[in-house]
Amino acid sequence: MTVQDAALTTRPRKKVSARHVLTVLAFLLPSAIPLALFSLGPMIASAWVSLNQWNLLSAMKWVGLSNYIHLFSDPTTGAVFLHTVYYIVGYLPLVYIGGLALALALNTALKGRSLLRGIYFLPVVTSWIVVAVIWRWLLAPDSGVVNTVLGFFGITGPGWWTDPTWAMPSIIIASAWKDIGFVMVILLAGLQSIPTDMYDAAKVDGAGWWRRLFSVTLPLLSPSTFFVVVISLINGFQVFDQVYAMTAGGPNGSSEVVVEEIYDLTFRYSQAGTASALSWMLFIVILAVTVIQIRGQRRWVNYG
Amino acid sequence: MADVVVVAGPALTIPVRRHRMTGSELAKRVALYVVLVVGAALMVFPFVWTIITSISPEASLTVSPSLIPTDPSLSGYAELFANTPFAVVVANSLGLAVVTTVIQLFTGSTAAYAFSRLQFRGRTVVFGIYLATMMIPLQVLIVPLFSELKVFGLLDSYVGVLLPSLASAFGIFLLRQAINQVPRELDEAATLDGAGHFRIFWTIILPNIRPALATLVVFAFMGSWNNFLWPLIVLSSPQLQTLPIALANLQGQYTTQWDVVMAGSVISILPMLALYIFAQKYIIQGVASSGIK
Repeated sequence: MTVQDAALTTRPRKKVSARHVLTVLAFLLPSAIPLALFSLGPMIASAWVSLNQWNLLSAMKWVGLSNYIHLFSDPTTGAVFLHTVYYIVGYLPLVYIGGLALALALNTALKGRSLLRGIYFLPVVTSWIVVAVIWRWLLAPDSGVVNTVLGFFGITGPGWWTDPTWAMPSIIIASAWKDIGFVMVILLAGLQSIPTDMYDAAKVDGAGWWRRLFSVTLPLLSPSTFFVVVISLINGFQVFDQVYAMTAGGPNGSSEVVVEEIYDLTFRYSQAGTASALSWMLFIVILAVTVIQIRGQRRWVNYG
Repeated sequence: MADVVVVAGPALTIPVRRHRMTGSELAKRVALYVVLVVGAALMVFPFVWTIITSISPEASLTVSPSLIPTDPSLSGYAELFANTPFAVVVANSLGLAVVTTVIQLFTGSTAAYAFSRLQFRGRTVVFGIYLATMMIPLQVLIVPLFSELKVFGLLDSYVGVLLPSLASAFGIFLLRQAINQVPRELDEAATLDGAGHFRIFWTIILPNIRPALATLVVFAFMGSWNNFLWPLIVLSSPQLQTLPIALANLQGQYTTQWDVVMAGSVISILPMLALYIFAQKYIIQGVASSGIK
């Protein structure tokens, strides 16, 4: 486009710009309106509740920041955050490496791969109520399958979910087992969008299996990996169902996580204000972790 | 399949001339199968146990789970459909899940297109706000949400159940990642042909992100199908009940008849599994039909 052309198109461009705004709105409003009304609105309301004392029945009583001050001075707060981080640190590598290995293995032209994919997805669709029953039984201290098998090798297995030291590892194992199929599905969809000629080229260059994994597959899979990591962290900080179903935070609060505490504060102790304050503290942590990841993504995430 | 030979390694289905597998290739193959099958056994076990328990009228939670059905019978299923409104409940949940999925496909793909392909001020910030809606635990949003719907007079209605899940930040994020991977050259070529954003969206982007769309179908459907807390709080009429609530009620009602509870669990898992197997075809087909190399 020459300078003259540019000058000529200056006026119509304004018109295009108005159309552009309409286009953006057309694409964005269908999601923006419901999210604003039914997610953002209640979020702001909960921020307001966090500045009040409220038992869900009588009128709210303004208390300013005292819910937050109370939480900061309560040792339980630190403990529940620590347990949550412990969960994430154990869960994320397990579920990612396991899901990646599965996706890679089941992306090859194996016989029966459709069936295997279906089987590995089964735990994802099974409810935590059923999964918890099974895992509590598998990990039962005396007669459980896991400890029986360990016994064959002369190892005395721990008390798992009945032991404060092993309660969280039990939850981590059961969660990784349940979610591995979720990671597999996301990564399989990602693997499908890697053009096969990239592999042809790498093979011609004499790259071996590991070399191709690290130089072709992982870089081209990075948008899916980024998605899995961001989502797993957002969900990991809000871990609840499995804790509630497997240990209910016990024994002795050794597996009490943040959302379990929020749930107890709201529905057991009727302290909606404190619960909301704790939620907002959690929100700030999740937000910070997510912002760091979004900032850092251009270093490793490769969009075609 | 005729002249496709798998080269050991990930994501590799390279058409080459058929050749005999070498000894070490074969050994690797066998090892991979063994690992996958042992893993699969570990995954499928709870489901098998659920099915077996559902046909064992003597089953109870106090005994250790057994893999041999004691006196197998379908009486659990018969009890379920005769004495609880289970058929109605399944139909309700199916309807809600289908509507939720269709709406989320629409709101998700349009928003994802905006975040990937449209330039506008504050795009990153708006996307950040979208993601932020996933960062507050539902447990604390339920009280304000309930008050809000009460004001609108939408309690005890399916509209009330649906409203909070019309758009999902999870789905938008998933589809945005997929659209980002579609080569921009395709849009540019279409623009030169005179296509506007709506046409590019419909004819270029959507066909190219079929695997991600199929993935969203699975997760949107599952989110609605398993949704427990919110429908429990919004719905009060028995005839509007959904499946997870009915399942929870079963556990209270049939504390000793574990076969009835597990029959309910099996019925709750099957549609999801069927949907996944169906969607899987599209997740895998995606690239073959997209025309990008």
